Amino acid sequence: MKLKPLAIVPLGDCAAYVEFSRTLEPEVNAFVQRLGLAVEAAAKKGGLAALRDLVPAFGGLALHFDPDFEGDVLGTARALVEGCIKAGLPEAKRAERLVEVPVCYEAPFALDAEEVSQRTKVSADKIAALHSAAEYRVLMMGFAPGHAYMGGLERKLSIPRRANPRAEVPAGSVAIANDQTVVYPYAISGGWSVIGRTPLAVFDATREAPSLFLAGDRVRFRPIGPDEFARLAEGK
Amino acid sequence: MIEVFRAGLLTTVQDHGRHGHQHIGLCPGGAMDPVALTLANVLVGNDGGEAALEITILGPELAFAHDTLVALCGADFAGGFPRNRPVLVAAGARLSIGRAQRGARAYLAVAGGLAVEPVLGSRATYLPGRFGGFLGRALRRGDRLPLRENAAALSRERFLKLRKPRGRSVRWHVAPFTLPEHEPVTLHAMEGPHYAMFDAASQHAFFDAVWKIAPESNRMGFRLAGPALVRSDPGEILSGPICLGTVQVPASGVPIALMADHQTTGGYPRIAEIATADVPRLAQMAPGGRLRFARCDLKTAVELRRDQRARVAPALRAIGWEYGN
Repeated sequence: MKLKPLAIVPLGDCAAYVEFSRTLEPEVNAFVQRLGLAVEAAAKKGGLAALRDLVPAFGGLALHFDPDFEGDVLGTARALVEGCIKAGLPEAKRAERLVEVPVCYEAPFALDAEEVSQRTKVSADKIAALHSAAEYRVLMMGFAPGHAYMGGLERKLSIPRRANPRAEVPAGSVAIANDQTVVYPYAISGGWSVIGRTPLAVFDATREAPSLFLAGDRVRFRPIGPDEFARLAEGK
Repeated sequence: MIEVFRAGLLTTVQDHGRHGHQHIGLCPGGAMDPVALTLANVLVGNDGGEAALEITILGPELAFAHDTLVALCGADFAGGFPRNRPVLVAAGARLSIGRAQRGARAYLAVAGGLAVEPVLGSRATYLPGRFGGFLGRALRRGDRLPLRENAAALSRERFLKLRKPRGRSVRWHVAPFTLPEHEPVTLHAMEGPHYAMFDAASQHAFFDAVWKIAPESNRMGFRLAGPALVRSDPGEILSGPICLGTVQVPASGVPIALMADHQTTGGYPRIAEIATADVPRLAQMAPGGRLRFARCDLKTAVELRRDQRARVAPALRAIGWEYGN
């Protein structure tokens, strides 16, 4: 698949957003992630140190430059992106990563299981079974460090966001909304329905790889009981 | 070592932030007013991006264990400590910084920088994630901030190099660059990608109204009290990347200007983007402060950034000259 940007627009005066889609299309999303890796490699090769950050998002790629960069942000972004697309994008190695996440879908972690069960007409046991049977893909990182928006949620579990967001969702909470699932990296306010919790540290700034997830990862959830949760939580 | 006797409202260790991690959802963070941070650092002979204290609205009281060359830049705080110049604070001296008189944030840099451990390439405190800086949090009474091992010797050595000394300071100072002028402060802003989704009244109001910084404002974002901004196009917006200075408008209609610790992606409509060069002046405003937005295009915003660099660079060179560089 070879796509052309819909538009390359300014994101403030130090960044450019290369837009490919205004809706979430899994194939476009995967293309954007591969483009992100290609642009990263090209910028490194070209010694473009002023390109500080690359953010592959649902429907496009952001290129953030150092405010001291004296060049033309939009033009530089365009040349980089078009050059990479023309050269052909390499297959993404990251897409081969499979991250397994142990999750306890039981009380006291499944804060909203009852409510989800009522609204979806799926029993609590079945929620865990359905949620852990699917394979997900990380579509975008954002909202908080280590926070991954994952696509692939079973249609039967699809429910809108909660009307009243929780002021604080506990760290590691596994939550669902619409057709996606997330794992809250640390205690933070959030409006998704919590159906379980992982004992893993989703984000740890002191770790070699701070984020458990990267854009493009495949993800599976493995149901565990409270005993294993406690054991794993102790070991982390 | 610096001992904290009074912490102040929000005193944190900051530098120029951690870059290259936005793809995992981590914003760069760092000093809210990077221009003032750079000046303070250069005044004590450091690189511009060393770790220093960011002091917010109510200042701390600090005691210095050894002779320490310091500089205080940015907002004008009560307490009488000389600003915008290097000062050799004597071993055992206490420094009490009062309330901000003009501006909201000051930076206290020390020779050699604050010696907290870097996390992901930066010593900046990231409060939402509770890491970086001093134990990932704002300073508290009783904290002891580490300085570089040779900080006292370095301080005395650098002070001796300075031209035109007077007592424990010098007979010169530099001008502040980011202190806001009379309110309402004017900030340049470009129309954001979703500007056209707002109704005509809201489009006008954004650039006509005087906005007041609401109390629910922090290092992540400033909420702006004023007319509610209403969308005429309620279409769904795909969440996407955002940046420092983005003005987003949640369903409440109250705009939020994204500051240093902003999120990396967002799904609210973005009505405007504040020119990067004007963000430090916004950072120098406290809740209650009044501002308005002047419409500008990308070309102007880029020129403002270039002009700011051109104004600051000679000051940094002049300070280097005072050190005999």
